[in-house]
Amino acid sequence: MQRTYQYEVFPFRPSPEQRTGQVMRHPVIVVGAGPVGLTAANDLVRQGIPVVLLDEDDKVSLGSRAICFAKRSLEIFDRLGCVEPMRRKGITWNVGRVFFRDQEVYRFNLLPEEGHAHPAFINLQQYYLEEYLIQPLRDHPLADLRWRNRLVGLEPGEDHVHLTVETPEGVYETEAEWLIAADGARSTTRKLLGLDYEGRLFQEKFLITDVVMKTADFPTERWFWFDPPFNPGYSALLHRQADNVWRIDMQLGRHADVELEQRPERVLPRIRAMLGEDIDFELEWISIYSFHSRRMERFLHGRVLFVGDAAHIVSPFGARGANSGIQDVDNLIWKLKLVMEGKAGPELLESFNFERTRAAAENAFHTETSTEFISPDTPGQLALRNAVLELAREHEFARPLINSGRLSTATVVPDSPLNTPDRDPFTGGPIPGGPATDAPLTRAGEPTFLLKQLGYTFNGILFVERPEEIPEAMLADLQELAAQEVPIRTRIVAAQPPAQAELQGIPLFHDVAGLARERYAAQPGAFYLTRPDQVVCARWQRFQRNLVEQARDRAACLVR
Amino acid sequence: MPETTLQTEPRLQEPDLFYKSLAQLHAGLTPEESLLVNSKLLLVLANHIGDHQVLLQAIDLVKSNVSTD
Repeated sequence: MQRTYQYEVFPFRPSPEQRTGQVMRHPVIVVGAGPVGLTAANDLVRQGIPVVLLDEDDKVSLGSRAICFAKRSLEIFDRLGCVEPMRRKGITWNVGRVFFRDQEVYRFNLLPEEGHAHPAFINLQQYYLEEYLIQPLRDHPLADLRWRNRLVGLEPGEDHVHLTVETPEGVYETEAEWLIAADGARSTTRKLLGLDYEGRLFQEKFLITDVVMKTADFPTERWFWFDPPFNPGYSALLHRQADNVWRIDMQLGRHADVELEQRPERVLPRIRAMLGEDIDFELEWISIYSFHSRRMERFLHGRVLFVGDAAHIVSPFGARGANSGIQDVDNLIWKLKLVMEGKAGPELLESFNFERTRAAAENAFHTETSTEFISPDTPGQLALRNAVLELAREHEFARPLINSGRLSTATVVPDSPLNTPDRDPFTGGPIPGGPATDAPLTRAGEPTFLLKQLGYTFNGILFVERPEEIPEAMLADLQELAAQEVPIRTRIVAAQPPAQAELQGIPLFHDVAGLARERYAAQPGAFYLTRPDQVVCARWQRFQRNLVEQARDRAACLVR
Repeated sequence: MPETTLQTEPRLQEPDLFYKSLAQLHAGLTPEESLLVNSKLLLVLANHIGDHQVLLQAIDLVKSNVSTD
């Protein structure tokens, strides 16, 4: 049925293990080439770590599946150099409409805040996203992509993991110092290790349909229906993806006949009733799912690290699946690198577990709250939900209670052991444990964004009125910090346009719209320290070298 | 008394009139309609109160006020 996308078949090639008959030990093996495993592979090679990527299939995602990629994911893809094709192909909408029964409750316009490199989200089919993440790995000397390689055996060791892999040309053995399990909700890695995955299955069934819109000028808006005439008692969602393909999610209830409901003769009348008889469309893809809300208690098991759906899974409301998995990877890879290099202690990986189990709990809370609103359990809960919707038509106060999914945003972990708590007063700005905020800058007249200047190493952001005012001694300190074993590379953000692009090797930027100092609540002289994943770990209103070094040592769990 | 504390001493200016209006709101309604009307009233009042702590205290009060039969 699918017409808008051509699937490339990635050929199986015998691995070096199969050609030589030798068991090799790789620094990192990633299992699963979905959005999360591919992000991990890109991050690893960008940081100079060779990666072997195993996937049992030989194509990108069959069907559009995850289609909403949030701002934090786009910022991560930007750091990985993969974001351009995604932004070109992806769709952004700003107008959303909410319907209850046969009436519109209200419409909203997201009116995105100016001065960010990336919007709150884009809609893009998962197959495109995976294609764009595979592209930079294809001929990368550090990337070994192994298609039709299925993990079938796992033997955890003290300092490595032993794997048995099945291929079209037989079984081979291999080893990894570290194994990243990105093999999804039905994770083979998790099963082979006999690990927990507690939670529950929701009985609700959902019909997903992608249609190609033939009618021109169908508006690029998100429409969400509660209890619509074409699907009484349940919900429905319509939004746009790339290639003029529209995603329709229809809740079917607990007792739906899954086999029957997927038949085009059942699907078509529902969609006609939804879009209107005069709208012309073609079916592209039909699928039925029910969802789980589950997570592992720990994401770190010896030399095996769990990310994405393998570690945690939630309902789709709010796009917190792939997006949270991509953030898991962002949190993990720099830590793994410092541990592999022997610079950081094992507590650094423990902080991955701390921060990302915290994020998973937050995502579970939000999606469960959305589920309760969309699919009430009792007559009392249904009355509450309907009361909100009826009031919201006339009364603005009820609108914030409407919950058709709360879009994934970066998780803030204020009590992370990597944070150095504030000593200086700040009236705003990203707190330690929160992601650095974007802002437009220029360098030598060329426009750029603050987040594009951060990542892979610790970074300092020094806010000044004029670069000439920076004392020589401080410049010398900043240069030395940039040359240390775990470097801190500083970017100077000046309120007045600087005359040059750098000052003694330190990049100079102009806070051209005044938004950087505003968003960071930064007085002249303020200094933010960010981790390689662009998370703020400490900040001061005044730079003091020894405090900056202490905060870095703490955030990197440096071995002394 | 801090503003974030639920007021539980009698405060209604016209208890009988208020109760009558409240009862009137439910006159002739089916249980389902009553449930909806109560929910709307609750949401209007909750928004008027606004304070999250006060609302949680009200929920706790109701939770612990179980019927004894």
